Amino acid sequence: MQPHYLLGGFLVLLLTVPQIASEFHVTLLNYIGLYSIVAIGLVLLTGIGGLTSFGQAAFVGLGGYTTAYLTTATNLPAWAAFLGGAPWMGLLAGIVITALVALLLGLLTLRLSGHYLPLGTIAWSISLYFLFGNLEFLGGHTGITGIPALTVFGLVMMDGRNFFYVIWAVVLIAVWLTVNLLDSREGRAIRALKGGVVMAEAMGVDTARSKVVIFLIAALFGCVSGWLYAHLQRFVNPTPFSINMSIEYLFMAVLGGAAHVWGALIGAGVITILKQWLQDWLPRLLGASGNFEMIVFGVLLIYVLQRARDGIWPILARLVPQPVVVRAVPQAEPLPRKLPPDKGLVLLDARKVVKRFGGLVANNNMNLTVKSGEIMALIGPNGAGKSTMFNCLSGVDQATEGEVLFAGRDVTRLDSREIARLGMSRTFQHVRLLGTMSVLENAAIGAHLRGSKGVLPAMLHLERGEEARLLAEAARQVERVGLKDAMFEPAGSLALGQQRTLEIARAMCADPCLLLLDEPAAGLRYLEKQALAELLRKLRGEGVGILLVEHDMDFVMGLADRVVVMEFGEKIAEGLPEEVQRNPAVIEAYLGGVE
Amino acid sequence: MNIEIALLLGQDGLTNGAIYALLSVALVLVFAVTRVIYIPQGEFVAFGALTLASFQVGKTPGTLWLLIGAGVVVALVDLSSALRSGQRRHIPRIVGWNLAYPAVVAGVIHLFTPAELPLLAQIVLSLALVVPLGPMTYRLAYQPLAEASVLVLLIVSVAVHLALVGLGLLFFGAEGSRTPAFSEGSLSVGSLTVSGQTLWVLGASLTLIVVLALFFERTIYGKALRATAMNRTGARLMGISTVMAGKLSFLLASLIGALSGILIAPITTIYYDTGFLIGLKGFVGAIVGALSSYPLAAAGALLVGLLEAFSSFWASAFKEVIVFTLIIPVLVWLSLTTRHVEEEE
Amino acid sequence: MREIAPVLEVEDLCVSYGKVEALHHANLMVGAGQIVTVIGPNGAGKTTMLSAVMGLLPCSRGQIRFQGQLRSAAEVEEMVALGANLVPESRALFGEMSVEDNLLLGAFTRYRSGDRDSAGTMEEVFRIFPRLKERRTQHAGTLSGGERQMLALARALMAKPKLLMLDEPSLGLAPLIVKDIFRVIASLKDTGVAILLVEQNARAALQVADYAYVLETGEIALEGPSRQLIDDPKVVESYLGLGGRH
Repeated sequence: MQPHYLLGGFLVLLLTVPQIASEFHVTLLNYIGLYSIVAIGLVLLTGIGGLTSFGQAAFVGLGGYTTAYLTTATNLPAWAAFLGGAPWMGLLAGIVITALVALLLGLLTLRLSGHYLPLGTIAWSISLYFLFGNLEFLGGHTGITGIPALTVFGLVMMDGRNFFYVIWAVVLIAVWLTVNLLDSREGRAIRALKGGVVMAEAMGVDTARSKVVIFLIAALFGCVSGWLYAHLQRFVNPTPFSINMSIEYLFMAVLGGAAHVWGALIGAGVITILKQWLQDWLPRLLGASGNFEMIVFGVLLIYVLQRARDGIWPILARLVPQPVVVRAVPQAEPLPRKLPPDKGLVLLDARKVVKRFGGLVANNNMNLTVKSGEIMALIGPNGAGKSTMFNCLSGVDQATEGEVLFAGRDVTRLDSREIARLGMSRTFQHVRLLGTMSVLENAAIGAHLRGSKGVLPAMLHLERGEEARLLAEAARQVERVGLKDAMFEPAGSLALGQQRTLEIARAMCADPCLLLLDEPAAGLRYLEKQALAELLRKLRGEGVGILLVEHDMDFVMGLADRVVVMEFGEKIAEGLPEEVQRNPAVIEAYLGGVE
Repeated sequence: MNIEIALLLGQDGLTNGAIYALLSVALVLVFAVTRVIYIPQGEFVAFGALTLASFQVGKTPGTLWLLIGAGVVVALVDLSSALRSGQRRHIPRIVGWNLAYPAVVAGVIHLFTPAELPLLAQIVLSLALVVPLGPMTYRLAYQPLAEASVLVLLIVSVAVHLALVGLGLLFFGAEGSRTPAFSEGSLSVGSLTVSGQTLWVLGASLTLIVVLALFFERTIYGKALRATAMNRTGARLMGISTVMAGKLSFLLASLIGALSGILIAPITTIYYDTGFLIGLKGFVGAIVGALSSYPLAAAGALLVGLLEAFSSFWASAFKEVIVFTLIIPVLVWLSLTTRHVEEEE
Repeated sequence: MREIAPVLEVEDLCVSYGKVEALHHANLMVGAGQIVTVIGPNGAGKTTMLSAVMGLLPCSRGQIRFQGQLRSAAEVEEMVALGANLVPESRALFGEMSVEDNLLLGAFTRYRSGDRDSAGTMEEVFRIFPRLKERRTQHAGTLSGGERQMLALARALMAKPKLLMLDEPSLGLAPLIVKDIFRVIASLKDTGVAILLVEQNARAALQVADYAYVLETGEIALEGPSRQLIDDPKVVESYLGLGGRH
């Protein structure tokens, strides 16, 4: 967040502008405000969530047309009569309709690859445009006129200067809600959508739901903007809701800085002013009339994506002195913990697990148990099938045959999110952290399932109590693995060894009874390895069961209680570390040989 | 509706469907090789048709200036990077394709009067002018972002689409054009009369699809493209450069696009922005093929053509709505049948 | 003691992924007609080294000379054109294409530079891998693990490389097939191609190689003629971690 005096200055500017600016400039600023609302939604969807939509203008249109129709219709059926006449009812109805459409589109496309959502929204947006233009009761291509003015606190908003305050109040509310949301448990889940889906699912985040949520929010922001538009203009027709406008909204979000909420305002401002200016000059320059600003916008956007993919906002932000971040370690009452299981209880029991990929048998007849309070190591040469086994156990993949029991339940067919809920937590061989998020926030994703407050409380910041406890828990785990000094640094700035320990801290935030660690010692220095071993021993002492996949034999031998050795997808040895290490079959497997 | 009307609509639907099928095949190709969702494909349809129309009325098409301009920019970009990395041996090729070639095309247009040339020569000249714009677009817009996510590439596509539509308006104006039919004749089968142009469209589409199939199955460059689509790293390790594969697929796509435009120009009036909707209908077909299967994409596109023809009879105002709503059951089916593993960036 | 003309010289090579350096100051040489192996436990940086040499990864420091020429731009296609071929750990076959088409594409660069006798080379390659000839019309995706590795090798040979780089050719293969693969690798020496072999299967690699490097956590820990390293207890240590516990 920027220093407070900048925000304050911005507010003062907003308050005074309508009093001093010309009619023309106030109108321009009104439009910038309306566009900003839509662009903020797109920043959330595209820049942060990594999804995109070419249908935002259509959602704006839904908002506008709904209120236009309801406030002007003279022959509403009796059951809908209560919606007629009042702009606020129009807003309510618009929100409901938009939500339904967005939910349907989202559910249809979001299970597919990321590019089906934009393609679906293109189709939706064209359909709706033609629908607006062809439906008799919506006035066809001429549209609907005579929409009543908005009344706020008894004040009738007849002129642009008054409306300015309404629009910009909504803009600020939209910014506030979005910033709040991003700084919360749900927000961390949303921020994990871009590049962290597998990790987030393993931490118990329902990523499909998060995707639907941001698509819904973006659509609703569009709807509100359309509602304001309809009552500002007092008439609607299909043109401003066409796909071209959707594309322009996307330009605003990308140009301003797709991952920055405030960037949406910059983008909306730049595009709106530039468009105004180009529409004046280009036809004169080219000697023909038409929307030639599109050529400039297209080329400009390609240039921005090639040269400054983060848009204008980060460049501007660099000009402002860096704000001082409050670096107090979060303190709060600890979260409730699960009762530790009795020592020696079998937590994980894999029976005759077979995994085939086509004709290839990656795991054959694998048996494996992990008890509480023990460290079990799964070792073997490269390509032996350890990672496949690991994925079958944690629900990232499913076994072809056999069964996996966890905490007494059959979890063979459950996905990683459901297994996480039962108390299994894991780390990844290829570190899966969100590089731009802080160490603390990365760890806090691990505690996702220990909170319950949803999106609405997060947007309104009504969940601060729970949030403080989640962050305090994350801070405790970060401290525990020895990363206290780096707590507020971006995770991407850590060395590889520290990133691996952060993965463990994140896994521990879930309060697991079983910890699955995929090569935790790879890339660690000698002292770091010793500290890691110490930490794992301590966890074992607390009754946590640990399954370790490792290549570093030295590390495993000093630490594990039992070892299972795999080769060619099968178990070739099992036993105490010393036994396994002297086993000729194991030596052969590791050193190989052709004789 | 009687059987005659049904046959007539079917004929219409097949004609348009054949064009959509060609486009959908090109879209699947471009996506498989480069991961680009090629929205600007439609602009090549319009450019092809309108360039031919310009020749026929004795005007110099604006696409010539685009070819020259894009050639100069590509040459500048390529030359500067060749000089920076010290690879001077590429210079003749860069100058040849990007500066000399457009100059030759301009020379030909200047020397001959295209309006008086036979139709075939006009078509060849239009293709010679429009098709190279495809690889140039790839070079300027996509190649610097070849490693970016599908999402970024999609946004680039939309930006390219907008820029090209704007240029189309600048070059050809807001009025539409319709070119004369390739031949006057028609074919009568019982009570059904099939227009000559319909036969041209169907024949040309079929020929093009066969030629494409042969290209992919029989030539080493066709195989190289398929290899890139299957395993990018593997292809690179064989020396098949991603850039070459990208340019080649864009070349094919713009050839298919421009030719499609030329084929339908006698059937419907083409405006500077008509291509977008035509291209998107190809997309609906491509989505039926899940952006990966050529036969399914072509079949889906034919279905789109038929659906469009019949809905224009029953509810002509809503035909676009109906066509684009077709995507919904397709998406439902896709989302129920695929178990999608998220790509991580 | 190594006076053979070098095909590949790597000097002071460093490679980083972001802030993490995966390879530190590596020096390595492959002479003409030699088999040189880089062995070491998993995660030591072996694949990273091959990728950097091939141009798949940018180097943060160091020089790579191929046939005496300093490699300037990190372009994979350029390296292939100059005569270096990499068979990656994943094999990177074109699964939905026939064996024959896979092989044909192996000769793509030669085809582009005007050498179009792929049929002749294919016959030579089939002499080395008679199994592939039997399966020439089958899709690569339907082959067994051993056959896939053979196809990957054969495909690389289609380019008539001067330097062949093999990344873990024995990975995931049953012992008998590993034996087959290594016999082929040893026999390739007669064709005059230089081979850089990256392996985890240390004994097999040392048996076929002339010279070996042991890579451990991104650094070359040991090097020498293979015959000397084969009995060196330090090699065993670096694999089984026995050294650290004394």
